[in-house]
Amino acid sequence: MNSNFKIFLKGIVDVSPLMIPVVPFGLIFGVLAIDIGFTPLETMGMSLIVFGGASQIVLLQLFSGGASSLVIISSVGAVNSRHLLYGAVVSEHLSDLKLIWKIIISYFLIDQAFAISNEYLKKNKDRNRYFHLVGGGATCWVIWQSTTLLGIVLGASIPEKLGLSFAVPLTFLALLVNDFRKFINVIVIIISGTVATLGYNYVPFKAYVIVAALAGLLTAMILTKTIKTK
Amino acid sequence: MSNWTLIIYCGLITYLTRFTMIALIKKEMFNDRIREILSFVPSAIFPAIIFPAIFINETGLFQIEENPKILAAIIAMVIGILSRSIIATIFSGLASYWFLIFVV
Repeated sequence: MNSNFKIFLKGIVDVSPLMIPVVPFGLIFGVLAIDIGFTPLETMGMSLIVFGGASQIVLLQLFSGGASSLVIISSVGAVNSRHLLYGAVVSEHLSDLKLIWKIIISYFLIDQAFAISNEYLKKNKDRNRYFHLVGGGATCWVIWQSTTLLGIVLGASIPEKLGLSFAVPLTFLALLVNDFRKFINVIVIIISGTVATLGYNYVPFKAYVIVAALAGLLTAMILTKTIKTK
Repeated sequence: MSNWTLIIYCGLITYLTRFTMIALIKKEMFNDRIREILSFVPSAIFPAIIFPAIFINETGLFQIEENPKILAAIIAMVIGILSRSIIATIFSGLASYWFLIFVV
């Protein structure tokens, strides 16, 4: 059996390539949060407490658009619903652990760590294989906190005219690059985006994000079913 | 609601989505159909953030003319599809946006 530390290190090495895009993402988050009017302490608090890039950017985007707290919180929940699937997938490998370890590991269950550790966990049967997930998650934690801090510090020196806020939709666009190649995904993307744009001014409480997401998921349900039955 | 309360609630809901399944659910409870639908979650949610950020201007109006974000987003998307690289998508989008507002 490999030692805990060795598996932890393997997690760090495996996740490293995925950390490259996290750097500009974290910077942008720090810059934007200050720009929108959060204090440096609140901005740092967001990265420490929430620790999720997509959640935090959604929080900023809706907050700056004047959405109510209830809408912001439920949209963050909706964006995070993918973690339910991650959790279900890795729970198989964590079921023997003590509750305290489950509580700690949950905090590190982020996209990048899940993506690489899911592969490792499937191939390795060591009892301490979950250290891989902790290593990947901890690496991302360090990068995320330090780039947030750097964004806060640099914030004032980055001119508004650069339009860095445009980097937010770009970041989400980048997370979809693989989905643009799949037919059903493209339809879902178009439906969701159109509903959100049309509903932006008409759906109350800025709940257009959730309405659009549900419309997209419904489309996916119908399309996957009809294509299969054919 | 104060900013700190909002942040803590957002943190709680984020954490709960990560913890719930690890704590409660066994893998057997997930069937292929649910897994298939959940795989569309990013495609269903992210465009709801992307599209309005591109097409709706600061005053809340739909804007197609004189909107460099549209072309920049299309360039980024094409680069993204071709390269499959997250970083190339972000940088090509930003670079073309800057080119359009500063040079053209």
